[in-house]
Amino acid sequence: MLTFLALTSVALLGIVPEQSQAIAIYTGWERHALVGSDIRLSCSFFSWRWTSEDVTFSWTYRPDGSRDSISIFHYTGGAAYVDNKGPFRDRLEFVGNPGRRDGSILLKNLELNDNGTFTCDAKNPPDIVGRPSSVRLLVFEKVPIQAGVITGAIIGVVLGLLVLIVVIYYLMRFLVARRVFSLSVSKHGKKKKEGSQQRQIKV
Amino acid sequence: MLLLLLGIIFLHLAALVLLFVSTIVSAWTTGESTTSDLWTNCTTSGCITASTGEWIQSVQAVMILSIIFSCLSLFLFFCQLFTLQKGGRFFLTGTFQILASLFVMSGAIIYTVMSPEWVPEGNSFGYSYILAWVAFPLALISGLIYVILRKRE
Repeated sequence: MLTFLALTSVALLGIVPEQSQAIAIYTGWERHALVGSDIRLSCSFFSWRWTSEDVTFSWTYRPDGSRDSISIFHYTGGAAYVDNKGPFRDRLEFVGNPGRRDGSILLKNLELNDNGTFTCDAKNPPDIVGRPSSVRLLVFEKVPIQAGVITGAIIGVVLGLLVLIVVIYYLMRFLVARRVFSLSVSKHGKKKKEGSQQRQIKV
Repeated sequence: MLLLLLGIIFLHLAALVLLFVSTIVSAWTTGESTTSDLWTNCTTSGCITASTGEWIQSVQAVMILSIIFSCLSLFLFFCQLFTLQKGGRFFLTGTFQILASLFVMSGAIIYTVMSPEWVPEGNSFGYSYILAWVAFPLALISGLIYVILRKRE
């Protein structure tokens, strides 16, 4: 019984560190931007090890509808190497902080052809086993209106006006009825006063 | 008298059914293998949601409003049938029905005006569009009958 427990605990201790040595990379899922604007694609990672000096970040780009990826950014040995020949030459800037495990890049002056998938791969030696993470970029010419917003707005305004007209109509009827009621009450009141005065005089 | 009542209700229901079909079925434009507008664009390979431009959304809104107003008018007709005094006119019912017909008219007009953009060359108007144009005079006549009609018995 005791040996069995000892064996399982040793096995668990052996298994868990193996799994925890995988590096986990986080980017966004999808990013939307307008033509001509800048966008910051963020990439960070989680690792059980301290951030080593040989940490590397690399970004690759795969255009929409294409099957080839092209490497556009690499950070290694403390230096960042940006794209100087490919689709993003002169438009790419490294804005990350490798010491803080941030490998984000800034894309400037977006074009419609920049639609595609950007993949970030980070390595933190000796923690190198991990899955790269991808973020999809969608570039729009103008901000698209969501389906149903204007429809709902028009229907809401018209029905609201209808309800308002009904409420005002009933309010007017109620007020007019109350004025008529108060007028008739004051008339009754005056008649009563006159009647009682006459009676007093008679008496 | 009963015949007149049935005839009026039948006319109203016919206009209402036409409105429902015209709004719900996405067949304002048809081509050889495509049907599109107001809600989805379908081709042989599949369906996608229709474009989300401002004018398509306004046509959607106006058609839905016409259905709402026509239903309200039918409901009001039955209410007024039992509560109106003898000799009274179905003004409220008539106004709602006429408003519904005006909404259908504006929806069909907007679609016709924007058709050079929305209906590509080689495609023609579908049956939903035609039903919208048919529903407009039916609803208008129905509304006018309500306004002119006097309650008897």
